[in-house]
Amino acid sequence: MRLPLSAHGYGEHRAVMPPDDPTRGDTEPVDLETRLRLYRSMQEMRTFEKRAYDLFMRQLVKGTSHLSLGMEAIAAGFGAAMRKGDYTFATYRGHAHTLARGVPMTPVLAELLGRANGLLGGKGGSMHLTSVAHGMMGSYAIIGAHLTIANGAAWSAQYRGSGQVAVCFFGDGTTNIGAFHESLNYAAVYQLPVVFVCENNLYMEYTAIGDITAVDRPAADRASAYGLKPIVVDGNDADAVYLTAVQVLERARSGAGPSLVEARTYRHGGHSRADPGKYRPAEEVDAWKGYDPVTLYRERLERLGADQAELERIEKQALADVDQATEEAIAGELPAPESAFTDVWADGGWAWRN
Amino acid sequence: MAQLSYRDAVARGIAQEMRRDERVVLVGEDVAGAGGVFKTTVGLLDEFGPKRVIDTPIAEQAILGAAMGAAMTGLRPVAEIMFSDFFAVCWDIVVNQIAKTRYMTAGQVTLPLVIKTGNGGGLRFGAQHSQSIENWAMAVPGLKVVTPSTPEDVVGLMAAAIREDDPVIFCEHKGLYSSKAEVPDGDVVDQLGTAKIRRKGADATVVALGMMVGRALEAAQHLAQRGISVEVVDARSLVPLDTRTILGSVSKTGRLFTVEENPQLLGWGAEIAALAADECFWDLDGPVQRITTPHIPLPSADSLEDLVMPSVEGVASTVEKALQS
Repeated sequence: MRLPLSAHGYGEHRAVMPPDDPTRGDTEPVDLETRLRLYRSMQEMRTFEKRAYDLFMRQLVKGTSHLSLGMEAIAAGFGAAMRKGDYTFATYRGHAHTLARGVPMTPVLAELLGRANGLLGGKGGSMHLTSVAHGMMGSYAIIGAHLTIANGAAWSAQYRGSGQVAVCFFGDGTTNIGAFHESLNYAAVYQLPVVFVCENNLYMEYTAIGDITAVDRPAADRASAYGLKPIVVDGNDADAVYLTAVQVLERARSGAGPSLVEARTYRHGGHSRADPGKYRPAEEVDAWKGYDPVTLYRERLERLGADQAELERIEKQALADVDQATEEAIAGELPAPESAFTDVWADGGWAWRN
Repeated sequence: MAQLSYRDAVARGIAQEMRRDERVVLVGEDVAGAGGVFKTTVGLLDEFGPKRVIDTPIAEQAILGAAMGAAMTGLRPVAEIMFSDFFAVCWDIVVNQIAKTRYMTAGQVTLPLVIKTGNGGGLRFGAQHSQSIENWAMAVPGLKVVTPSTPEDVVGLMAAAIREDDPVIFCEHKGLYSSKAEVPDGDVVDQLGTAKIRRKGADATVVALGMMVGRALEAAQHLAQRGISVEVVDARSLVPLDTRTILGSVSKTGRLFTVEENPQLLGWGAEIAALAADECFWDLDGPVQRITTPHIPLPSADSLEDLVMPSVEGVASTVEKALQS
């Protein structure tokens, strides 16, 4: 029997280490063009979020925000495998998933800064990034809710026969809330074209997921309860994620129903801006920082003979894009006061009486 | 013109809109094969088939989340929460997701969906199956809230709710399901945000909702025999709220009474009382009085439930005493 926390002191749990062979994905059947796309995508996410962090430090980003530094391979892998028109549902840790759908950096960064040129005009903030035009159907900040909503989008796609798939990303902590289980059963019963992706970064906020979960693999070990195959993928290997994504998306599109993917990863920082992440064993943090998806992928590309100059071009371009977005976001106007009173209702207004 | 029960009116309203618009779909527990536990969706599965009329697991979050996701991607779902008390297990989806997403996304997302629910007391079901939750919903920006009191209003307001581009909480009063009245033939389409004056009067305004409308009307009849002329306003729609009709009546009669079956604190009547104090204070000839269930959970035994819910006699005597003092 598992003894949550009582068996050891807080933060003194056993370290969970990353895989030990970063070269094992080198031979995966992914073409160079796709690989460069994956690398570009991860570079953009990494550079963007580092900048977002700098801007917190300069107190230009207010409120809170949740970074996915170290987790980029999941967003990039699925982003590359999804079709235009597919639906993304993300959590409050959704910057990378938003960029993965091709949403430009400036409105995303401007939203973090609460500016009028923000993606949501400053009314949503970091935790609610949405761009329906890009298939980015929203970032949801109450654990579990968006799994149910992703089902609805998948149901609508099925009803309309559109061939679209809904992909829903969430953390390991979500696997312990009721909405997760309601959603998995619901999706399985109606064979909905939906893919649930658990980004297992080993920590539910400030607590090791293993300490408060009845099974070792928080998502995969629950799959059989819903008639699904357990699927575990190295979430720090963009190729592995991409290939898994291609498979589960195809399964959904073919009418064979939902999938539940557990992508194992690690966040470099704390849960949110206020959290230094001190509850994690030092050797674990060090090991995972050494198993960084962006660095590993660059090394793979080098081993596979990618043009060094091309890689540098990608890195420079990502930085230039982030610099430009920073300038444009900081230069953005504050939201017009009257915008606080728009879009409660479909008629654009907020009137509750005549 | 034919007699129709309140429960049959629910199915008729939904069917009317499903015939008109194939984006309209219905989901909920036991709504398809069984025709609803309150028999409010009888015949819909037969007419529209299992693709559009869908039985779900007992999973209220999954039901409402599915409705939301479908609404934001092109469908116009009607979802049933069997007893309104069950909103407590899916309130996140209603309050945090459905109500706020349009605002938070600066209008990128539109949510044309209806949540129909069996609401209210009087059936001896006890405290977990008898609540009136209109007040909960009214307190949340982004939700429209209606409660019809007649079969004709059920059909018309259901049609209006389904055609609305915003989320609507459609509270069916369980105590009225078996009541019958005439409903015009053909399509009936009403308007949200409109109250109705059910009885004209000169001495006092009584504003009521759902099952309380009938009690207020009966009380008004008794009072008429005693020389007191009461105007009865059926609020029908709490959001949007037809303050023109309600406050117009108060200004005319000079007295305001609200009849709510909700527990006392923060009921919708308090909001109307506050509006009257703000906007027609100088037209008032006496204190505003709220007639409510006391601030207790509803008991199950018929004698106790009848004792605590607003009754015809209770309304009549409260109004009479107030006007005599």
